[in-house]
Amino acid sequence: MPRPKFAAAARPELADTRSRRNLRGATAALRGREAAAAAGTADWEDLREAGRAIGDGALLDLDAHLEELERAVTEAGGTVHWAADAAEARLVVTGLVRATGAKEVVKAASATTREIGLNDALARAGVTVRETGVAEMVVQLGEDAPSHLLSPAAHRDRAEIAELLRRAVPGAGPGLADDPEALAAAARTHLRDRFLRARVAVTGANFLVAETGTLVLLESEGNARMCLTLPETLISIAGIDKVVPTWDDMEVFLQLLPRSSTGDRMTPYVSSWTGVTPGDGPRAFHLVLLDNGRTRALADEVGRAALRCIRCSACSNVCPVYERTGGRPYGPVHPGPIGAVLTPLTRGVESAADASLPYASTLCGACADVCPVKIDIPDVLVHLRGKVVESRRRRPVPTPEMALMRGLAWTMGDPRRHEAAVRRGVRWARLLSRGGRIRRLPGLLGKWTEARDLPAPPAESFRGWWDRTRA
Amino acid sequence: MRVALSVACFEDVLFPGTAKAVTVLLERLGHEVAFPPGQTCCGQFHWTAGYHREAAGLARSHAAAFEGCEVVVAPSASCAATVRADYPKIARAARDPGLARAAEGLAFYELTEFLVDVLGVTDVGAYFPHRVTYHPSCRSLRTLGVGDRPVRLLRSVRGLDLVELPSAGECCGFGGAFAMKNADVSVAMVADKVRHVRDTGAEVVCAVDDSCLAHIGGALSRLRGGVRTMHLAEILAETGPA
Ligand code: SF4
Repeated sequence: MPRPKFAAAARPELADTRSRRNLRGATAALRGREAAAAAGTADWEDLREAGRAIGDGALLDLDAHLEELERAVTEAGGTVHWAADAAEARLVVTGLVRATGAKEVVKAASATTREIGLNDALARAGVTVRETGVAEMVVQLGEDAPSHLLSPAAHRDRAEIAELLRRAVPGAGPGLADDPEALAAAARTHLRDRFLRARVAVTGANFLVAETGTLVLLESEGNARMCLTLPETLISIAGIDKVVPTWDDMEVFLQLLPRSSTGDRMTPYVSSWTGVTPGDGPRAFHLVLLDNGRTRALADEVGRAALRCIRCSACSNVCPVYERTGGRPYGPVHPGPIGAVLTPLTRGVESAADASLPYASTLCGACADVCPVKIDIPDVLVHLRGKVVESRRRRPVPTPEMALMRGLAWTMGDPRRHEAAVRRGVRWARLLSRGGRIRRLPGLLGKWTEARDLPAPPAESFRGWWDRTRA
Repeated sequence: MRVALSVACFEDVLFPGTAKAVTVLLERLGHEVAFPPGQTCCGQFHWTAGYHREAAGLARSHAAAFEGCEVVVAPSASCAATVRADYPKIARAARDPGLARAAEGLAFYELTEFLVDVLGVTDVGAYFPHRVTYHPSCRSLRTLGVGDRPVRLLRSVRGLDLVELPSAGECCGFGGAFAMKNADVSVAMVADKVRHVRDTGAEVVCAVDDSCLAHIGGALSRLRGGVRTMHLAEILAETGPA
């Protein structure tokens, strides 16, 4: 079954009052903290500009930086694998896991593995995946889809999380309190022996430093760090857009990311790892570099700005649409405003679901205001809407919308045609109105009057008044 | 000063009172108002809906309609924002440097910008003895950055009791085609906006965009909300009994 359009996927989410209340609470809290952190950083605008410039610079010579990265990783004893798309990435990772003979992997901090559908692929290969991030674990236990980029369980409240843990964690018992500390402790106990048992770990990475071949990961729980140190084999998977040229660039991002994602000045755990070190940590290290449409986005003059994204989720937290729908209607890849552009940029707008994403925004601009790397998301949305319309122009029979928009433009293209149409329209609209309001419009406009009235047009337009009184 | 008026296409038909109020107001302040007849639509709707070719055509004729005008004033922040912020983009998409130049040549202002920045007035001599709240529309707030200009104008209106709108900066959910394409989300958003408006106890909610007011007013009307929507210009044009 094809994925539904955004509007259809949003409907059940809008009806889920509990999830809406939880999301509203979570985004409002984060929004407040982020705003305070930005306001408390004197050179915030300079930092944003630096982030934008580094991002653009990195993308400009992406191929050179990637080659440098591969060289550095290899020199440090790691192996680099290139994956053109999700299927190839799945194949590479399952192959690597199989080669170790492990039946279980621990996994942490990776939206990229979600993007390629790794869990299912490993399950099909007979390998059990254990999520180690508390929120991911909750999503896995609840058997639902993540709703937020950084806190995938933002739609769940503490009572629900406690219930899921009570059921899943042996020994957590019915007495498990639903305060955050008790929940985190229960999750940690649950995870501890898994870490000690695990022979293979799969992680993501926030940044890939080209000059040194170093991967950098920011997290608040410390669970990902366990994955980086305890297992024998470490497989890290990251999009090719995560490359930054030099270590110095991290100075900027290590300030921007925590402030924009959680409103903290620093991230509790910043881990960096480079290849393998004899006698310490994993004995084998694999880096899987994923394209999956990123070079396609890179080729788009306007759209490539979206590849600067550092996945802080600030845009989601201020987005009034996201606040009401959560992340799931945006599809399986990236939620929120950035997802509404990245998904169609990397996958194209051929499917109805992907083509609906650029319209999942009122273009209010709140996202662009907060983005730490200054991505003008509304600009990219409008650009992509243009692509959607262009792709529809080739159809032999125009859609009703296309016919309407073309007709409107033709009418408005000439003042006389326009005036005549206005006169006709006013007469017609007044016939539909009752007591000064229109409660039901026909055709495509009917969506407006499902829950809103339209004022009936007064008998005289401004033009008419002007001609009568001033001309 | 001779001020050319830019009236949004739907404003002309659905909210003629707004442009009349601007005319009355500017004439009261001693200026000559002109209404260049060639104008139809700025092209915003087509541009944001993705109909970029059509938008370019409309933008060209809109810019041409105001060619040679000393100053153009629009009571619609979103139209002013389209001319100022989007025309360069429309020109780029259409590879039309002529349009970019034409847009650059226009002195195009949103009404409150014009009053406060160009004319240097915040007290326009209005009298409006009602409890009013102000909704800052997204395009006025973020694209144009009109800031507190509308609020300063409202504060100078005699008799007016200005009350603050909770979560004022949050979008009302209109967004042009969004209100139709994502009607359910749009309605969820305007429901919250209307709740905030009613929480203020105001009789009137005003804005500098009739599009948002049509949305908020449409929801209020369906709810029989007991709150009126008015364009800021209509309030500024009121002088009460002589
Ligand atoms: S687009 Fe900007 S604000 Fe949104 S997640 Fe990416 S970096 Fe953060």
